[in-house]
Amino acid sequence: MRRLVPLVPFLWLGLFFVIPFAVLLKISFSEPAIAMPPYLPLWEWADGVLTIAINLGNYIFLTEDPLYLVSYLSSVRIAAISTLVTLLIGYPMAYAIARAPEGRRNILLMLVILPFWTSFLLRVYAWIGILKANGVLNNALMSLGLIDQPLVILQTDIAVYLGIVYTYLPFMILPLYATLSRLDGDLLEASADLGARPLTTFATVTLPLSMPGVLAGSMLVFIPAVGEYVIPALLGGPDTLMIGTVLWNEFFLNRDWPVASAVAIVMVLVLALPIALLRRIQSRAEKA
Amino acid sequence: MRSPVALRIVVVAGFLFLYAPILSLVIYSFNESRLVTVWSGFSLKWYGELLSDPQIIGAAWISLKVAFLSASIATVLGTLAALVLVRGGRGRAVLGGLVTAPLVMPEVIIGLSLLLLFVAMEGLIGWPGGRGLLTIVIAHATFGAAFATVVIEARMVTLDRAVEDAAQDLGAGPLRVFFDVTLPALAPALVSAWLLAFTLSLDDVVIASFVAGPGSSTLPMVIFSKVRLGVSPEVNALATLVIVLVSCLVLIAAWVSARQRVPEA
Repeated sequence: MRRLVPLVPFLWLGLFFVIPFAVLLKISFSEPAIAMPPYLPLWEWADGVLTIAINLGNYIFLTEDPLYLVSYLSSVRIAAISTLVTLLIGYPMAYAIARAPEGRRNILLMLVILPFWTSFLLRVYAWIGILKANGVLNNALMSLGLIDQPLVILQTDIAVYLGIVYTYLPFMILPLYATLSRLDGDLLEASADLGARPLTTFATVTLPLSMPGVLAGSMLVFIPAVGEYVIPALLGGPDTLMIGTVLWNEFFLNRDWPVASAVAIVMVLVLALPIALLRRIQSRAEKA
Repeated sequence: MRSPVALRIVVVAGFLFLYAPILSLVIYSFNESRLVTVWSGFSLKWYGELLSDPQIIGAAWISLKVAFLSASIATVLGTLAALVLVRGGRGRAVLGGLVTAPLVMPEVIIGLSLLLLFVAMEGLIGWPGGRGLLTIVIAHATFGAAFATVVIEARMVTLDRAVEDAAQDLGAGPLRVFFDVTLPALAPALVSAWLLAFTLSLDDVVIASFVAGPGSSTLPMVIFSKVRLGVSPEVNALATLVIVLVSCLVLIAAWVSARQRVPEA
């Protein structure tokens, strides 16, 4: 009993998280077919002979149509820019919360976490009402006389950046706060005593020591952002190319499960390095 | 040390950025006009329309069932996983990786791979017997477990092992120690983990779209198909109800954990 119970999480995550990837890999080598399920089996027993048909066609297809390469690159670009902006907003916020008086710190942290608890879908939806042609933002700017023509933001890449930064900001602030609040105050004092100005102290002491938080927060934003589907679907336009959208369309519109699987496998390969990096930072933090 | 003015401005602007969109959702849910962002007077009519929309009510019911079941499974799995991670069972490193990956893995990949698993299993052993409530619960319990593990693990590392050792010295068996000492000490984390898994399940549109079958559309799936066509005042009303509900739950959770902390101090 004591031996078996701890096995439960292994079995569950193995069955419903690891094995699905094996199935995904298998289907990515299958031939599409008009059937249910819409792919041909990879191996077959017939008259005592095992026939294995590994089909690289789906992967070759991904290299032939430029849509896929362009979408991968554009997803990585959008995710990277959004991560950088999130970091630039999140760092000063985390820094200020970490330096706030103790009583106020928990309230500020709670205010950061609270939006994360309210629906992600509804928070993305909120931006449609703000950004559209006769939305809150344009109405405000026009009534102030700052612009005559409504700004076109909705259905552009800018709206996608905004959506990602907005929804993933708490993921950036929390790990940053965790490292910044553990920062030894004596080090900062020593730096000041030795004559360093606040900015020098920040650049030479605070920033390097908070790098684990910077990396962890950046990976927590970057990795899911690469495969984001809901944000480009609601805020992006027809020119917004993201690989999550491509995968979704292959599956739901073209009903091409093998190509969708190949797209997913390549995405996992692209994300393998950032995920390994995140895991390293986290296991180091656990040991500390 | 007082924080510089520039830093304060950034913080205030940051919180404005986080809360202004939520506030605008709430304000315009009371708007008379169908245009949502053009104000034409206070009205509760969208709440009336929302509550008499059978599609939304049906989907909300499905979502609540799925969220309740998957959060409960996720909390049990998360407790066991945290035990292995903190108390150093075998395969700690492997489990750590298994827990981190679902936290960040794009939802389209989790959704697609789980769907393919269900279809393959269906062909091999005839289970799970089509897609529907069960397959969504399994999918949500899986990623919910990853989040639950993080929350419970964080609390478990702060627990004082001496109390458990004392219980054991006084003759309590391992199960008795777990249920009478460890579990009560973990209670606030279990509540937060369950609530987190519950709200994540209630919110997921991508994974559910892959693993749901006909007739098992969840609330986010219905909302998503509505808002893809543009803004809808009904959705604003729904968002306001969700925000009020979640704020109440979070405040209760904060109150519970604040009360728990007092006797320790």
